[in-house]
Amino acid sequence: MTITEPELRTTATTWEPVCDLKRLTPGRGVAALVDGAPVALFHLGEGETFAIGNVDPFSGASVLSRGIVGDVDGVPTVASPIYKQRFDLRTGRSIDDETVAVSAYDVRVVDGICEVRPGGTLP
Amino acid sequence: MSSIPTQRGDRTTGSRPTVLVVGNGMVGHRFVEAAIERGLSSTHRIVVVGEERRQAYDRVHLSALFDGFTPADLALAEPNLYDEAGVEAILGETVDRLDTAAHLAVTSSGREITYDACVIATGSAPFVPPIPGTDAAGSFVYRTIDDLEAIRHWAAGCRTGAVVGGGLLGLEAANALRLLGLETTVVEFAPRLMAVQLDDGGGRALLHHVEGLGVSVRTGAAAAAVRTTPDGRVAGLSFSEGEDLDAELVVFAAGIRPRDQIARDSGLEVGERGGVIIDDRCATSAEDVYAIGEVANHAGKVYGLVAPGYAMADVVAARLAGEEAAFTGSDTPTKLKLLGVDVASVGDPQAVGDEVVVSDPRTGTWKKVVVDAAGNVAGAVLVGDVDAYPLLVQAVRGSIPTPDLLSLLQPASGEAGSGPADLPDEAIICSCHNVSCGTIRKAVDDGCETVADVKGCTKAGTGCGSCVSLIGELVDARLIAAGKTVEKRLCPHFELSRPELYEVVRATGIRTFAELVTKHGTGTGCEICKPVAASIFASLGSGYILDGEQAGLQDSNDHFLANIQRDGTYSVVPRVPGGEITPAQLIAIGEVARDFDLYTKITGGQRIDLLGARVEQLPAIWGRLIDAGLESGQAYGKSVRTVKSCVGSVWCRYGVQDSVKLAIDLENRYRGLRAPHKIKLAVSGCARECAEAQSKDVGVIATEKGWNLYVGGNGGARPAHAVLLAEDLSTEELVRSIDRYLMWYVRTADRLERTAVWQRKLPGGIDFVRRVVMQDELGIGAELEADMEAHVGAYRCEWTETLESPERLARFVSFVNTDLPDPSVTHVRVRGQRIPETTR
Ligand code: SRM
Ligand SMILES: Cc1cc2nc3c(=O)[nH]c(=O)nc-3n(C[C@H](O)[C@H](O)[C@H](O)COP(=O)(O)OP(=O)(O)OC[C@H]3O[C@@H](n4cnc5c(N)ncnc54)[C@H](O)[C@@H]3O)c2cc1C
Ligand code: SF4
Ligand code: FES
Repeated sequence: MTITEPELRTTATTWEPVCDLKRLTPGRGVAALVDGAPVALFHLGEGETFAIGNVDPFSGASVLSRGIVGDVDGVPTVASPIYKQRFDLRTGRSIDDETVAVSAYDVRVVDGICEVRPGGTLP
Repeated sequence: MSSIPTQRGDRTTGSRPTVLVVGNGMVGHRFVEAAIERGLSSTHRIVVVGEERRQAYDRVHLSALFDGFTPADLALAEPNLYDEAGVEAILGETVDRLDTAAHLAVTSSGREITYDACVIATGSAPFVPPIPGTDAAGSFVYRTIDDLEAIRHWAAGCRTGAVVGGGLLGLEAANALRLLGLETTVVEFAPRLMAVQLDDGGGRALLHHVEGLGVSVRTGAAAAAVRTTPDGRVAGLSFSEGEDLDAELVVFAAGIRPRDQIARDSGLEVGERGGVIIDDRCATSAEDVYAIGEVANHAGKVYGLVAPGYAMADVVAARLAGEEAAFTGSDTPTKLKLLGVDVASVGDPQAVGDEVVVSDPRTGTWKKVVVDAAGNVAGAVLVGDVDAYPLLVQAVRGSIPTPDLLSLLQPASGEAGSGPADLPDEAIICSCHNVSCGTIRKAVDDGCETVADVKGCTKAGTGCGSCVSLIGELVDARLIAAGKTVEKRLCPHFELSRPELYEVVRATGIRTFAELVTKHGTGTGCEICKPVAASIFASLGSGYILDGEQAGLQDSNDHFLANIQRDGTYSVVPRVPGGEITPAQLIAIGEVARDFDLYTKITGGQRIDLLGARVEQLPAIWGRLIDAGLESGQAYGKSVRTVKSCVGSVWCRYGVQDSVKLAIDLENRYRGLRAPHKIKLAVSGCARECAEAQSKDVGVIATEKGWNLYVGGNGGARPAHAVLLAEDLSTEELVRSIDRYLMWYVRTADRLERTAVWQRKLPGGIDFVRRVVMQDELGIGAELEADMEAHVGAYRCEWTETLESPERLARFVSFVNTDLPDPSVTHVRVRGQRIPETTR
């Protein structure tokens, strides 16, 4: 079974500014609407930022930004706050069920502002 | 009256053969159901004649009528089941005679019914001893809905009642009278209660419980007559010896006799002590006549329980449908709650053999197991504590070898009786995925070493999660049995267990996760170790839980100070200490719920849940609740939840102490205390126990002299009864004991381990807890009290603290880059309230 994001987008070439990096608590996420799509944005400290789709495919709720960040054998992860499945922050793939994934988005920080490229990619 | 065709169906006329069922009680009804299930209702004409005007009802739960049930709640079938299946029911009439040669039945109204098969299911009648006065007004039996309604009606004008019979039924009737508010006395001819099942020790244990409930008991007393008033009403009982008893109402519950009169009158064979004799096919001595249920006598035995009757009903239905089936007897293990006391009987407790008896008069428990000459368990009786029941049932059936009986029955080692090591392989551990104990053991044998491993290879524990702690215990027990070391590490990031980590934090004063994981762990942490560290920091008083780095550690619920729901919205539960709430606060809650359109429900914990709030609404909602004098109920935390109370002595006519005040004081003392799992407390104003204190982590029951303290109870997936820790404590002693107990638990329990499991796993179990908490054997009492005092002094409502700071409020947004509400949250309205549209 493959559960995907509601819509697959083509990778855009433009970047969308989302928020001041200071809005991100290190080790926690926030949600943003990027070109209409809910995205979970994480800051792990030391300039490491990640963005993946915010909708948890296991529950259908838009909540991944509110999960706990951690690592599984060095792989950065977030655990869904609903049923606790973990996702690889780099690729969006679920660690607990390899057939399930959410989109991963490119993120960068320009002059202290977090920018996300709309239209993420599925692994 | 409608006339029923009397011609007998036969092949020549082509009409369907007739099955006549005499009696529409539990077993007669079960037969009709089984017949419908097998399609007999379309090949046969089924006619039911029943004496009671009501269609079959659940007699086993008859007493629930005194507990708020209505007769309709007891009905065994949908009202139109018979009609739809074409079953003819003639109620309010009896079959009085059978002409077995002519295959003809005659009813009380003179109706004649020809049958091809007749099934007698007339049950039994209460035995009323042949003494004078039993027909006086106010004298009752306890068998039908009508009986109970008559008792209720009569009791309305009475103050005292008596029950003749101290067996299962008598005690049930006594409870009913008690619930009706009568001062009740049980009169038993034998020298003890439940004389059939128990010996003297068991009888004494039961007596202890029964008297504790305020029911008086007279054993060894033979009622000689019902005393009556000049106008023919019951005035009491007189005895062959001893003082008369005053009672305005008497219930006879002194045994039952099979209702085999039609069988006798019709020349069927009946047993010496009654009961229509049947063979393995449930056939009587007359051609095409069967008997099932309490009226039947199989192999010299008449069963007074419903399960064997059901088995017989199935046998007859199957045979009439042309299938092979036989009734070969029944071992009918039974477990009941009598007057709040658990009683269980397994196999044949009267069997000849060696007896292992464990009794503890202090707690009123008594357990006896009989082992036969071959060393197998032949039978057992348990009173007061029935934890060993499932294992004993398996042992009697021979599906497990005889267990170590002493450790199974002994409360200290055993609550070990219910310990996971003793569970049979067939026992289902994870009901969500139907995974048995054996499968989990095999997984461990095949290399799984942690709960996570087991989840991965068996799926057990990946549904609702309620079995996870049991899986953990099973894994540990299996590893220990295999001589392996038990993986106590918290998670891949910490070698330490939760209690070890607690000690490290306490001893070193470390208060950041970064330092903790660098010095004592590896990596960057995860969703397991971060909340554990956060909880430990909070228990050790490190201020507001969302400041600085702590914010990243909290579970999502704690991060938003609310419980996340399936659609990503949150619930709001204000604290209602002890369940006491002012009308003004109720109105404030109602107004908030109305203004934010929140789904509103009363919780099981005596408070009010407002569901469906979006993240960005939480601060405004809490702002208004706090203005109304309410505070966070911390329903989101692994922390103290509620202290449930009953109304107690202020209002209740039975209360002996002010349970509400104590509950409020306790809730205000322990609120906010973070712990390895949630903690619930309750205070009851008397032994009637309306606050269910014995099912709480900490339960308090008022006595004339003070308070009894119970510890280690919980509901949930594996309910546990709390154990009595100390009696008749003053309020001061009580609070000190609870301080110590809770703090010691917070220090030493594993992650997500509730008090019941924690105290059972402690070496020495509850005795050890008693020595540490009550006698301060470890000399840590003062330290634990000081830790608790520090917690109490430092408590602040987390929502008040949050609202004070704009910085803290910044996180409460759906999206960082827009004020739009989350478009994925959609609702529908049901019963006038808003609920999530299904999210899956
Ligand atoms: C709201 C409420 C149900 C209700 O509508 O009545 C409820 C709701 C939840 N319960 Fe409960 N429990 C509620 C009373 C109970 C009770 C009854 C009681 O307290 O008298 C029990 C059994 C008694 C006990 O705990 O011993 C109960 C046993 C559980 C358990 C099983 C615990 C166990 O030891 O097995 C869980 C799961 C857990 O905590 O891991 C649970 C977990 C939950 C969670 C937190 C599940 C979750 O993580 O989302 C639910 C959160 C709902 C919410 O957002 O408000 N809830 N839960 C009750 C809140 C009471 C309150 O005012 O705080
Ligand atoms: C208060 C109480 C608590 C109990 N608790 C338990 C328990 O916990 N566990 C358990 O296993 N069992 C319990 N029992 C026993 C259980 O109810 C019986 O075993 C069960 O009801 C037997 O079913 P039956 O159909 O054989 O008899 P019944 O249910 O008594 O049905 C017989 C029916 O036949 C009718 N009848 C009699 N003669 C005629 C006739 N000539 N013509 C037409 N109709 C007739 C009667 O009026 C009655 O309605 C309890 C019983 C009582 C009273
Ligand atoms: S437990 Fe409380 S409410 Fe119940 S009878 Fe006792 S005092 Fe009354
Ligand atoms: S996950 Fe095992 S019982 Fe639900």
